[in-house]
Amino acid sequence: MMMSPASTHTDIKRRSPLSEFRVALKMPVLCSSCAEKRAVLKRPKTAHSLCKECFFWAFEEEVHQTIVSAQLFKHGETVGIGASGGKDSTVLAHVMKVLNERYNYGLKLLLLSVDEGITGYRDDSLETVKRNQQQYELPLKIVSYEELYGWTMDAIVKQVGLKNNCTFCGVFRRQALDRGAMMLKVDKICTGHNADDVAETVLMNVLRGDIARLRRCTAISTASEGEGVVPRCKPLKYAYEKEIVLYAYFKKLDYFSTECIYSPNAYRGHARTFLKDLEAVRPSAIMDVIHSGENLSVREGVKMPVQGTCGRCGYISSQALCKSCVLLEGLNRGLPRLGIGKHHRLHEKILLQQPLTQEEERKLKAVDF
Amino acid sequence: MCQVDEEYNGQLEHRVTPRVSKKCVKCKENTAVLIIRAGDAFCRGCFKEYFIHKFRAMLGKNRVIFPGEKVILAVSGGPASSSMLSQVREGLSRDAPKKLRFVPGIIYIDEGGASGQSMEERERAVAQLESVFRATNYHYHIVHLEQVLSLPSSVLEAGSSATEKPQTGSSYKAAVDQFIQTKKNQHPDLSLENAQSHLSSLSMHEVENGVTSPITPEHTQALQKLFASVRTLTAKEDLLHTLRQHLILHTARTQGYTKVMMGDSCSRLAIKLLSNISLGRGASLATDTGFSDPRYGDVVIVRPMRDYSSKEIAYYNRMFDIPSVFIPGLDTKAQDKASIQHLTESFVTKLQTDFPSTVSTIYRTSEKLHTACPPQNTNTQPFAKCLLCVCALDTKLEEFSAYQATLISEQLSQRRGPASSASQGQCCSSGGGQHQGCMTGEGGCCSSAKSTVDLKSLLCYSCRLTIKDMVNALPQYILSEAERRKRRSQMREEISEFLLDEEEDEAIPRVNGSLQ
Repeated sequence: MMMSPASTHTDIKRRSPLSEFRVALKMPVLCSSCAEKRAVLKRPKTAHSLCKECFFWAFEEEVHQTIVSAQLFKHGETVGIGASGGKDSTVLAHVMKVLNERYNYGLKLLLLSVDEGITGYRDDSLETVKRNQQQYELPLKIVSYEELYGWTMDAIVKQVGLKNNCTFCGVFRRQALDRGAMMLKVDKICTGHNADDVAETVLMNVLRGDIARLRRCTAISTASEGEGVVPRCKPLKYAYEKEIVLYAYFKKLDYFSTECIYSPNAYRGHARTFLKDLEAVRPSAIMDVIHSGENLSVREGVKMPVQGTCGRCGYISSQALCKSCVLLEGLNRGLPRLGIGKHHRLHEKILLQQPLTQEEERKLKAVDF
Repeated sequence: MCQVDEEYNGQLEHRVTPRVSKKCVKCKENTAVLIIRAGDAFCRGCFKEYFIHKFRAMLGKNRVIFPGEKVILAVSGGPASSSMLSQVREGLSRDAPKKLRFVPGIIYIDEGGASGQSMEERERAVAQLESVFRATNYHYHIVHLEQVLSLPSSVLEAGSSATEKPQTGSSYKAAVDQFIQTKKNQHPDLSLENAQSHLSSLSMHEVENGVTSPITPEHTQALQKLFASVRTLTAKEDLLHTLRQHLILHTARTQGYTKVMMGDSCSRLAIKLLSNISLGRGASLATDTGFSDPRYGDVVIVRPMRDYSSKEIAYYNRMFDIPSVFIPGLDTKAQDKASIQHLTESFVTKLQTDFPSTVSTIYRTSEKLHTACPPQNTNTQPFAKCLLCVCALDTKLEEFSAYQATLISEQLSQRRGPASSASQGQCCSSGGGQHQGCMTGEGGCCSSAKSTVDLKSLLCYSCRLTIKDMVNALPQYILSEAERRKRRSQMREEISEFLLDEEEDEAIPRVNGSLQ
């Protein structure tokens, strides 16, 4: 029987992150930072008890230190904030606005949102983004899969099934963000990936044996060379997910908080449950995993992919055709498995628009629902 | 599915249901008796050959064990190490020209004191194992974990690597040939087996075989007190592992062994890899899970069983009656989430049932890693390595990293310091460099924790986490070594401007001043 990572995961989600903190506070404890006001929360990261203002200050200051020490932005740049309407991007937008004003980064901020076309999930979260736009007075641009590729996620899932759909969504979204950024002439994109996300990615890459990604995934910003590529960074890289929720709760920020309806069967769910359990055993485990990921080093002589460009659309790619072209081709031809698995030999054929043999077509059609 | 390099070409064909009445895939004659991976059915004879061949291939591929060397086998009584013992016996007893050529010894560490077993249970387990060891005719050592409390502090000094043996194939072959020649010349009428048993019987008379020194209940109590002072099971297991390594290392050094063979199987190493990542040991993953572990310098740890899955070992042990003894450990019957190591074990095993290639994928990942800054240079100062785990320190503060972010968080949560430190009780263990006033000033709360503060700069990231969970002090030998290193680093700071050495101060952990 297929173990569904969803069951444990939603159990954890249902428990409010703050109830445990409230129960623990039977006696008035003083804030450990200002020692004046009563502490109202316990920091998941360091287990210190803090009052509201000190927590806000600590949280914002940490993001500021991250930005400054890693030199993420330059004065006068235009920065696009990847906004999905979820907690990470809402908090990111808020904190970026606050820090931009407080420390005079001189950045021009705007919101970038991607509409994957998932009914019941994305249309609700987009409403949140539109609200954010009004609240923070930032310009907003929405790009949709429909206009970029001609396919919505709902239509893709109908063709592909429920097992490999996350691959499609992830690959398409990356390109969609870049295209949107280019349309708006943005210098950098920043996303709301938090510490839990990065740690999960490290674990997942170890489980999948993806040594190339393992080396890159802990980098706080991506390389900035190449045409059609907008460098992106993760200012919230060292912020715990629970602290982001705490921040949003106390600041009364509004966000949309449901799981994507197609995600329960994703492989990433296993890594996520494992990470959540690790955090329960030892709260610093998340930072420890990131620390391990940063200190990994790969032997010489291990084959690494080389960056080139796609033959068809000119986007960056390590193969002849970029992944989204391959996936799109598969979708348009009714061969959903074309992007899943290794088919390098077929890339040339597709590029030259040669027909595939009967045998190849048959293999690529079979879908395991 | 979900593996990066997976080919889907073959898998979409019709599935072949494995049946036991199939023929063995190797010899194609006999009936298969077991199935290893998805399609490989083996008969009894072919399986035995396959199993034995893997062991010898692993040793032969990595030519680290030179002929005539003394190698100590670390046997815990579990299936993997018992299997390793039987493989070594098998390899040494053959008449084939390619037989293994080293002098084996066995060590068993009795950890009953730490895991709370009674003396009778421990003696029973030891007796069972002794009967197994006696049957092999090799020299064996039974060491109690209590003896770790009386180790000399020199155990933590990295020994220099034994005579420079360049690891090229030609010199290995030359060494092997030379060995055969000398043996032939010395004992022209004795065969090699007799020579070896001759050697081992000699050594048996020299040192009292078996238990090295008797232990008293006070020792056991001291050990229990040490372990009781550790708050979390994760830290306990980590500490136990460290102490065990030190004991094995010490025994190997005093008895003249240059190699240690550990019985970690593929599944065990995959679990170890993941749990080490979770513990923050990313920098030393290659040494912890690779084939050879050169961190101690003069004694090299090798892991010849790393290609065997626990399933193969279990089948082999059952089919060929390999004796093994189950001894409960620290985490036996513990809950799933009791410790990180235990949690990882249950995670990997569960994932393996749904995705059978999990363990082998993790294994392949570990093969592609190497240690970030391999300590090739014998001039590397001893305190550039961690005090406990003897791996290179990974706490440099050059570029912005997770470690630095953690320090900043600690700082920011306790900005206006000393008044809050009394209530927190954590003052000393965090922000060490900044709160100097706290360290020397506040006598009361700080003095007991002072020893832990000093140690932090000598430890790697994950050993610091282990120490954080400990209330009491570590065994004396570790503390005295720590003191020695501190004195040396102070000495070095005084004369640093006069030293012409290129290895700069980055090797020296800063006691005062900048963030640690």
